[in-house]
Amino acid sequence: MRSAHDADPDRSAAWTRRKFLGTVALTGVGASLAGCGVTAGDGDKGDGTGTINALFMKQAGYSEDDIKAMTAAFQKANPKIKVTPSFVAYEALHDKIVAAAPAGTYDVVLIDVIWPPEFGEKKMITDVTSKYPADWKSGMLDGALKTAVYEDKFYGVPWILDTKYFFSNTEHLQRAKVDPATLGTWDGVLAAARAVKKSGVKHPLIWSWSQAEAVICDYTQLLGAFDGKFLDDAGKPAFNTGGGVKALEFMRNTITEGLTNPASVESIEEDVRKTFSNGDASFGLNWTYMYGLSQDPKESKVVGKVAIQQTPAGPSGARPGCNGSMALSVASGSKNQDAAWKYIAFLTSPDEQAKYAKSSLPVWKDSYDDPTVTKVAPQTVPVAKQQLAELILRPQVSSYNAVSALLQAEIQNALLGKKPPQKALDDAAAAAADVLAKN
Amino acid sequence: MLRRAPSHRRAAAGQRRRGEGWFAVALLVPSVLVVFGVVVYPVLRTLMISFFDVDSPVATETPFVGLGNYTEALGEPAFWRAARQTAYFAVTSIALELLFGTGIALLLNAPLRARWLFRAVVILPWALPTIVNGAMWRQILNSQYGAFNALLTQLGVLDEYRSWLGEPFLALNMVMLADVWKNTSLVAFLLLAGLQAIDVNLYEAARVDGAGPIRSFFSITLPLLLPSIAIVLVLRTIETFKVFDIIYIMTRGGPASGTQTLTFYTYLQAFSDQRLGYGSALAYLIVSAVVALAVLYLRLLHGQEGRA
Amino acid sequence: MKSSLAYRIFIHVAALFVAVVFLAPFAWLLISSVSTPADLLARPLHWWPEDPSVERYARFFTASGDDVSAVYRQSLVNSTVVALSTVALSMFVGVLGAYAMARLRFRYKRIVLVLFLIAYMLPPIALLIPLYLVLAQLQLLDSIVGLVLVYSSFTTPFVLWIMTNQFLALPAELEDAARVDGCSRLGALVRIVLPVSRPGLFATMMFAFLLAWDEFLYALIFTSTADAKTLPVAIAEFTGRYSVDFGLVAAGGVLATVPPLLLALAFQRYIVSGLAASAVKG
Repeated sequence: MRSAHDADPDRSAAWTRRKFLGTVALTGVGASLAGCGVTAGDGDKGDGTGTINALFMKQAGYSEDDIKAMTAAFQKANPKIKVTPSFVAYEALHDKIVAAAPAGTYDVVLIDVIWPPEFGEKKMITDVTSKYPADWKSGMLDGALKTAVYEDKFYGVPWILDTKYFFSNTEHLQRAKVDPATLGTWDGVLAAARAVKKSGVKHPLIWSWSQAEAVICDYTQLLGAFDGKFLDDAGKPAFNTGGGVKALEFMRNTITEGLTNPASVESIEEDVRKTFSNGDASFGLNWTYMYGLSQDPKESKVVGKVAIQQTPAGPSGARPGCNGSMALSVASGSKNQDAAWKYIAFLTSPDEQAKYAKSSLPVWKDSYDDPTVTKVAPQTVPVAKQQLAELILRPQVSSYNAVSALLQAEIQNALLGKKPPQKALDDAAAAAADVLAKN
Repeated sequence: MLRRAPSHRRAAAGQRRRGEGWFAVALLVPSVLVVFGVVVYPVLRTLMISFFDVDSPVATETPFVGLGNYTEALGEPAFWRAARQTAYFAVTSIALELLFGTGIALLLNAPLRARWLFRAVVILPWALPTIVNGAMWRQILNSQYGAFNALLTQLGVLDEYRSWLGEPFLALNMVMLADVWKNTSLVAFLLLAGLQAIDVNLYEAARVDGAGPIRSFFSITLPLLLPSIAIVLVLRTIETFKVFDIIYIMTRGGPASGTQTLTFYTYLQAFSDQRLGYGSALAYLIVSAVVALAVLYLRLLHGQEGRA
Repeated sequence: MKSSLAYRIFIHVAALFVAVVFLAPFAWLLISSVSTPADLLARPLHWWPEDPSVERYARFFTASGDDVSAVYRQSLVNSTVVALSTVALSMFVGVLGAYAMARLRFRYKRIVLVLFLIAYMLPPIALLIPLYLVLAQLQLLDSIVGLVLVYSSFTTPFVLWIMTNQFLALPAELEDAARVDGCSRLGALVRIVLPVSRPGLFATMMFAFLLAWDEFLYALIFTSTADAKTLPVAIAEFTGRYSVDFGLVAAGGVLATVPPLLLALAFQRYIVSGLAASAVKG
């Protein structure tokens, strides 16, 4: 950078110093200002009244309008408590909870089933075991109950349940003369897929096996069906033995046999839905949301040709669904934890949940005998009732994100044929053991 | 123009400068306030955290580890992988942007009919928000129903649809394609300005001397364009090292960590794994790299100017 | 430059090629915005939908309440306010600072400029949590003011750098002449230097506007209601947890290009000649 003027060194040195001093002074002011009261990490029970901020997800089971209506009802019943809900995209949810933790911005947060270990270990959400009424433990669906548990402590209350169901295209089945009753086991599904393939469908099976959390969900469901375990009783990786290996071998075999659409290794749930809704696949595993959209003529070409059922069973008859639920937790930085708990208890109560069953099914066993709930979605409710009672969790470890990432990578290796399934899982287990040992 | 005796000019100038000292500081303080006022605490705190082992945003026990996080990063294969991918991304996309940008700048400068229309078209990619750009390319490159596959199969170039974001290296190149598509127009406009500063008479003189268009490009245009190229280099280097949004939307660092650049790797460590101390060290390693590169460019530029 | 026929044909063909490359994806974006989701899945893809509808655009203007389309409308306003305010603030302080940097000589100038640039070079992810804390303390979360302050902190170094070079390219005699006539320093700045640098000013304003307009991560984490959500955040929320209505994202994207495009077109003559002076000096 050139200039037209000559420099006068003494003069310029003085200005330099002055500017630096100014900057340093400002730094000091800035730092101390912001430094005051920085760690808002100490939560407080509060007195059960006041304002609480709740963080929800957009387009999550319950719509924004549903939640606002529930909140209004709560405020009416509890005039001394005011609730301000916020709604953000799912991607932002985790990062927002992490960023807001030191500041204690939120009192109630909606969390995904894979976060209680992480957040619980790092003390970002509160242990609410002592607040759980005894009848909750028997009144909640078994699968739901374990959603927010970590190290035998409850860190939240399950609220929005979800799992992957098995969808089939009835038209393809009829054409291939397959009896839907045979789809109750994975062996039956394989046989059906072969028959459908002969009848003209190029790749009957579509899965979400992209290198993302999506593949872990599918893998989990298959691991459960084949009686596998993620971790043994000592907490060490065990997915490279028994059912865990059988599941991955099953996945790889469907690819080599040409039954699974090769694009599956790049697909996530939305791609499964689109392929299935386009009529290009006969079978698919997906979350509840796929059913509604598959019956929408704007979104789907297979309206009226979709059957939904429980995930197929393995040789022993086990058919757990991957737990993809969400729970409500009290943030540890909240200064109003009692009020926050009251709000959560209200939202998760059987009566409130029954009112909005159309958006999301309740977590309570008895609700499924309640006609207000059952008439909401006659096809899905009976299936849900069975499936939600039998759910399998992904590994409940605080370093879950890291473990999931390396498992995803190795599963991809096996699916792409780069490693045999046993080796891929052995490598993953070794790496996971390292990660688990460090934390 | 009035000609003064040198000593008088010096004295008068010196007097002016002395009185202006405070003025100059006053002019700079607002900038300092705006830039550092809000971020000085975060910048310093992040630096401080990088010397501790912090594994939670509300951590209570944070042992001091000195340069431990830095040495761990430098010894971590995943870090070097991200660094290599970032370097490849930076070098290749900047090279492409400069290459195409120069061409487009020359076109923008040429006597086209409806020049304003062409300029509007060139501005378009730049005006599209990055997250829409990423989502758009993700859809276009979809292996099942993407428009790119449709185009290639309908033109007969491909036999059947293929995967574009399913292999690590290919995915990295596709993300780069999306980024280059958006940013080349910015580079073109920056270079256009440099082009327009070149004296037209120089070209006339060259033509008289018998130089063809290619020769005059390499001996007149390119050397005089170097200052603009330097600005582009510094700006785009900073931006490519910071690249995050487009990866977040298109591939989230996959497949097989193939599109994990340094900043995305930092994001995963700091937010997904909540290794905040380590993530802070990574951030400062990135900054050091960028500062080193920027200083290098500026030195090179001054070297060039000295010669020219 | 020669203006032979061959040359003219060549540049027009080349320009056409470039135009196609730039327009094609954008055209497809437009097509997606008026197609139904089922259309977009068709194989082979028919390039124009069977039943095009501008329903999504209509929804942006008519939706109310918490519908994502209504939030989009509000976010368009928010983004414009945030971007314009950021430009105003950073241009004001940046120009003042650049003037001082250009006219003041001291040994550590380059280091000071690099210090400023470090604020611009740091990846946003690194500052996210402490910055969130600072904004929470100052009660500026989920506010337009908060976003403006944060964005200005990294657009100002950019403005400083470019404008310092701009001012350095101007001969000092211009101001000296004015000052001899009794003009104050500030007066000289406003009446002489700024008008002459108008092209450079507009160019910098455009770039700063786009930096603020495009920003995603900070907006995503710092905002939580329609009061402050900006365009990128609103568009990101068109994506449900699993489902994506790409047509809506496309429509949102098309509309989002309009303000920057209008601005760029309005000021394009300034942009083009403006960057010249800045570039020459490096």
